[in-house]
Amino acid sequence: MSHKLTRRDAIAALSALGVSLAGCGAPSTDGDGQAGDRPLTDHDRETLTAVGEVLYPDEVDEIDAFVDRYATGRTTDRPEHVDGITEAITYLDEYCQSWFDADFAALSPAERDETLRRMGADEAEPDPEGGDVEQLRYFVIDDLLLALYASPTGGELVGIENPPGHPGGLASYQRGPEP
Amino acid sequence: MSAERTASDGADVCVIGAGPAGALIAHRLAAGGHDVTVLEAGPRFGRQRTERMENALHPAHEPPEIWEMGGQRDAFTSSGERSYPLNHARVKGVGGSTLHWQGMVMRLHERDFAVASREGVAADWPIEYTDLRSYYAAAEAALGVAGASDNPFVPPRERPHPMPAFDPSHSDSIFAKACESLGIATHSVPNARNSEPYDDRSACVGYGTCQPVCPSGAKYDATSHIEKAESAGARVLDRVPVQRLEHGDAGERITAAVYATPDGETFRQEARQFVLAAGGVETPRVLLLSDSPQYPDGLANSSGLVGRYFHEHLFAGTGGVIDRETRQHHVGFNTSESHQFYDDPAAGTDGGIPPADVDSADLGAIKLEFLNYAGPSPVEMALSDGGWGNELRDRIADAYGHSLAVGALVEQTPRRENYVGLDRSTTDDHGNPVPEIHWEIDDRTRRTIRRANAIQEAILTELDAEITWQVGPGNTGPAYHHMGTTRMGADPGESIVDHRCLTHDLANLWIASSSVFPTGGAMNPSLSIAALALRAAEHVEERL
Repeated sequence: MSHKLTRRDAIAALSALGVSLAGCGAPSTDGDGQAGDRPLTDHDRETLTAVGEVLYPDEVDEIDAFVDRYATGRTTDRPEHVDGITEAITYLDEYCQSWFDADFAALSPAERDETLRRMGADEAEPDPEGGDVEQLRYFVIDDLLLALYASPTGGELVGIENPPGHPGGLASYQRGPEP
Repeated sequence: MSAERTASDGADVCVIGAGPAGALIAHRLAAGGHDVTVLEAGPRFGRQRTERMENALHPAHEPPEIWEMGGQRDAFTSSGERSYPLNHARVKGVGGSTLHWQGMVMRLHERDFAVASREGVAADWPIEYTDLRSYYAAAEAALGVAGASDNPFVPPRERPHPMPAFDPSHSDSIFAKACESLGIATHSVPNARNSEPYDDRSACVGYGTCQPVCPSGAKYDATSHIEKAESAGARVLDRVPVQRLEHGDAGERITAAVYATPDGETFRQEARQFVLAAGGVETPRVLLLSDSPQYPDGLANSSGLVGRYFHEHLFAGTGGVIDRETRQHHVGFNTSESHQFYDDPAAGTDGGIPPADVDSADLGAIKLEFLNYAGPSPVEMALSDGGWGNELRDRIADAYGHSLAVGALVEQTPRRENYVGLDRSTTDDHGNPVPEIHWEIDDRTRRTIRRANAIQEAILTELDAEITWQVGPGNTGPAYHHMGTTRMGADPGESIVDHRCLTHDLANLWIASSSVFPTGGAMNPSLSIAALALRAAEHVEERL
């Protein structure tokens, strides 16, 4: 079964990832959607998508559009996160250049997975002020995982349609499991 | 910037602390036309709550970071046999600890005001439930409480809660059947979160991250009454920690609160009345820091009991898995509980809970809670597993879905040996001795935790659950409710404040905090804090 990340998912991810809400009800993505002084480049977004393709389960489709929306929301009015993401991507590309003579986004899916494991990203403690791999874990890997698993689509993959971080209303907690 | 934090002229009232107690009092007095200045040690946090929620979901951020606790400002010493995680347990800033609280708001039972008379331990309150009853109703209206009148164990109330209770969860229905078989009555939970729009705040939208951050604002926090207070004319200064209180030559009245500003300046805020509302740790600390030649042991401390009788609520819990989906973590609050074992914790039930092997007088109160957030959260698993891809998805799916748990708050017997004092070997960012928390658990409290565990095990066994964890006497922790450190009483030799929350020693110094609780039952304290604050506000106003 294929799970397309929907606009609802992107909105959920944005609200879980730090986009200020208008008022105090349901979240809104209204606004200019522009990042701070140094917005993410197309290459940054392509790299985030390439990482997402490794991190997300096979059922998740249309990762690029989701990552694009998520990345915009993540960086709006948060220049420190722009810096964190871009520096992590720079490190990732430098690492891949030394091993494969190519940027991360140019690698095959298997090579991307191998790269992340070889650098220890699967065992690194996320730390926004830590070393290169720890920052990559925090700003890129964990944020992309959070974006998925705090969304209805990601939640449904593991059995919860209203996961923590998603404002999914008050009906789901009362419902029993589907027969 | 300095001009923004200079002292006010002509203040009627100086309130120290912008948490729920200080906010409610500031609002009531300002609305009454009085000149009110509020001094808050921490900052105004602004509106970026989704960022804080994100941080709360990231395992890279420790809980104290979420509301910016820690560092030299918040240094402390834990000296008892049990380490006390003070900076997990409080928030400094406008809104205070309601910024990270769970939002459970129960009235104390009638029994809680007379524990010494009934059970021969601790001390009675100098007031009864009937003295506080109307203020409980006012507090429920002020905070916005969603509740129902379905609890057979609570004392009488005068009208329904302001909002209907949240409906039971799916897992509540699982527990309800087991509890019915065992003869345990379950009922709704009063919540200080909106089940419908209330007081210009939205209904809950189900973020599921209530503790420590409600991004929607549906959960009450005291920024609400700070804003109301400011609209009514109160002046609220943030980042101005009070260093000490000064008294007049006769030693009968407070004349000024001396506070520091971020620019390193110091000002004296004079007022006719002073309300100390800085929580159960900083309230006694300010009194102890305010020693003088006339009061070498600190202010309001002729009894020697400032800081003494520090007590908490203990958590007891038992959890496991069953062969049915339990649908946890859709919301971050609870919707069912039981007060069955509150007034009479030793009593058994007709359905299968055996009586305890001790009398109820040998046990404290127990409040059972049926958790809606048992077991691993999928998001937390995703970020703590380390892996990714299909394997991560499968591990989360396997771990999520069948957990359930019964928690409990357990009353701690207040004891003189537990205290909040000053550690003069360590200083904060202003050179003041840091608070020392000395906290231990007595045998009566341990027995009560064991009793709670036994009841919890019986419920899970009735469900044929596999019990996978338990929090008992050996690994229990505090519920982050700081009580008893300036307790209320009729005898000035045995207490700090009188029945009005006015200090025995100083004629214009009031205390609004759970620090005045002689005993704390097993109820989350904030509704009682609010009710006492509203009652104290009336007494303060009589002096203006």
